[in-house]
Amino acid sequence: MAERRRAAAVQVSEPAAPTKAETTGAFPADEPAERLVDYYADMVLIRRFELSADQMYKRAKIGGYCHLNLGEEATVVGLMDALAPTDYLFTNYRDHGYALMRGLEPGRVMAELFGKSAGVSKGRGGSMHMFDAGARLMGGYGIVGGQIPPATGAALALTYRGKPGPDAEVVMCQMGDGTTNIGAFHESLNLAAVWHLPIVYVIVNNRLGMGTTVEAAAGEPDLYKRGCSYRIPGERVDGTDVVAVREGARRALDRARLQREPALLEVMSYRLRGHSVVDPARYSSAADVETAQAADPVPAMRRRLLAAGLLNDAKARHIEADADAKVAAAVAFADASPDPAPGRLFDYIYATPVANTSHSLPGDPAVVIP
Amino acid sequence: MTSDPMTNHPMHVEGAATPVVTYRQALNDALRAELTRDKNVILLGEEIGIFEGSYKITAGLLTEFGPERVRDTPIAEEGFVGAAIGAAMLGMRPVVEIMTLNFSLIAIDQIVNHAAKIYGMFGGQTPVPMVIRMPGGGGQQLAATHSQNLEVWFAHIPGLKVVAPATPADAKALLLAAIRDNDPVIFLENLSLYNTKGEVPEGDLPAEIGRAAVAREGTDLTVITYSRATTVALQVARQLAEEGISIEVVDLRSLRPLDRETVCASVRKTSRAVVLEDDWLSYGVGAEISATLMEGAFDYLDAPVRRVAAAEVPLPYAKPLELAALPDANDLIKVIRELLDATRFTRQQQNR
Ligand SMILES: Cc1ncc(C[n+]2csc(CCOP(=O)(O)OP(=O)(O)O)c2C)c(N)n1
Ligand SMILES: [Mg+2]
Repeated sequence: MAERRRAAAVQVSEPAAPTKAETTGAFPADEPAERLVDYYADMVLIRRFELSADQMYKRAKIGGYCHLNLGEEATVVGLMDALAPTDYLFTNYRDHGYALMRGLEPGRVMAELFGKSAGVSKGRGGSMHMFDAGARLMGGYGIVGGQIPPATGAALALTYRGKPGPDAEVVMCQMGDGTTNIGAFHESLNLAAVWHLPIVYVIVNNRLGMGTTVEAAAGEPDLYKRGCSYRIPGERVDGTDVVAVREGARRALDRARLQREPALLEVMSYRLRGHSVVDPARYSSAADVETAQAADPVPAMRRRLLAAGLLNDAKARHIEADADAKVAAAVAFADASPDPAPGRLFDYIYATPVANTSHSLPGDPAVVIP
Repeated sequence: MTSDPMTNHPMHVEGAATPVVTYRQALNDALRAELTRDKNVILLGEEIGIFEGSYKITAGLLTEFGPERVRDTPIAEEGFVGAAIGAAMLGMRPVVEIMTLNFSLIAIDQIVNHAAKIYGMFGGQTPVPMVIRMPGGGGQQLAATHSQNLEVWFAHIPGLKVVAPATPADAKALLLAAIRDNDPVIFLENLSLYNTKGEVPEGDLPAEIGRAAVAREGTDLTVITYSRATTVALQVARQLAEEGISIEVVDLRSLRPLDRETVCASVRKTSRAVVLEDDWLSYGVGAEISATLMEGAFDYLDAPVRRVAAAEVPLPYAKPLELAALPDANDLIKVIRELLDATRFTRQQQNR
């Protein structure tokens, strides 16, 4: 079965359009109930964390740009469950959920948003730049497409250590739909193809890049076909169905792991809010908003679990209260964490110290006169 | 003459004959030494393997180390420079060749927004040990898009280290240092230096990044310079010595970090300063050096700092126009004489 799946995945095949039935219907029979309930808990954690980030932004606890995963919870959870702890992950700036699902303490993720030194990037990155070497989260990246060449190079590095096989390390590189129009995407896919790199490019198609639709921006709006020029097989999955996302990601990751070849996965998702916390999304029509809300994966998962008898209302409430408590604790931790001391400004200029590195503050003399 | 990489003072090896090699060979030797020493060192670039490099810097290395260590890339500067960053984040030590510096503009986002940022922005969790080698420079009738000196684009950026060796000895010692360094190092070569020759000490002793060298000692005037222009300055210094004018030449070697102390110390001694640079005048290296001297040697200066830089035009193809635009020995001599005249320099002064 697995063999046939991989063979089929080599071509770009028209996927069945996701239907409502898929996101409201029964789960695969062999899917353990506990795991499905855990998925729900993870999705709720992301949801509550992001709603809290939105609030904290409005209270000016968080600065800069802040992009949320609201509406993408099933996508994030499905992708991250398919990824092994030994795999490497590169993402775009919409990265809070990925950091949480890579196992980072919510408090340290929130502390990064608050710009505290206890943050995952020591308060130097902020919302768009979550990093954790131990979790092999190799960074959120704020330049559209900027993560794609480095992710490709990480996959190149993997070819120097280890062989293809079930335990092989691979790279997952996440990006948005709008990002498939930038040159770095195409150059990287080409490199991955000619060098046979173990990497999965994941396009989270939330239908918009800021206010621009996929159709307005992409010459080939079926984004999973965009690997064709590089003979990289693509697959499209329903991003509101956590199991569908995980299965699609596994097929793509298997190809990278077992065959050491790149793969492309398009995950059809929705953005429930504006591009970032400050965007009221006036460009979205009432119908757009309704469509996105109807597809909201978090209540959909709850309904499906209840319908399947895998969850009861009390247990669901318990999960939700637990997420709220975790998020409240994260906020408390971030709040209580100290600000980075200005004296630490020059801590990470160079990994190898060298002579004459400038440590001048604004207004300091550039040269000391003896 | 060569310089001791540790003290930066001119070093004369008595007795033993130091091998004389070309700048090209010195680079090739350094690459071979590092490929041999550390299996994580890989070379990436267009035409560096089968073609042996557009300027043959990587000659023989594909045969010796194979296609995985010496990797030809498609024409995709943004892609392969970025790939080098990611490989470096996972512990490789990529040495990228960009065919000429002009093409680095295609990769500027990866260099400036990624290579230079990743160590600091992620809180020091991942170093990016990589080198980008590339030749710049005009004078080869390659016209406007292929003749540029864009060093300040890179030297402006915190997080990068930028070196520009002038001699074969420094080319080797700084390349060894750059490859062993854990930060992204921009390694600026110059087309007109590849065939120059000089003594290169045996062994694989790296230089110290971030230090200038006094390439020639003198008492009357300091010429501050780097890369190809250093060879011009040294030639002028030798010529003027015959007239009894003693020129000190400071070779910056490292543009980031910039060794302001060595520059200021020299000018405090000579009281006169000229910057010779191959980049354009406005906002160039000379502007930075002049500002440095305003702060660090103002009371010692007998006259304003002068700059000899490229004319501010897209460099034309026609030879007479190209020659007119690029700074050369005559331009430097003219400015030195003007500065000496303005300060009523007489030859006796050198004996004071
Ligand atoms: C190179 C570059 N251009 C423009 C921007 C501004 N920008 C930030 S996000 C964005 C839209 C990206 O859309 P998409 O790839 O679909 O990701 P999404 O935000 O939907 O997750 C733009 C234009 C940027 N950060 N980088
Ligand atoms: Mg989008």
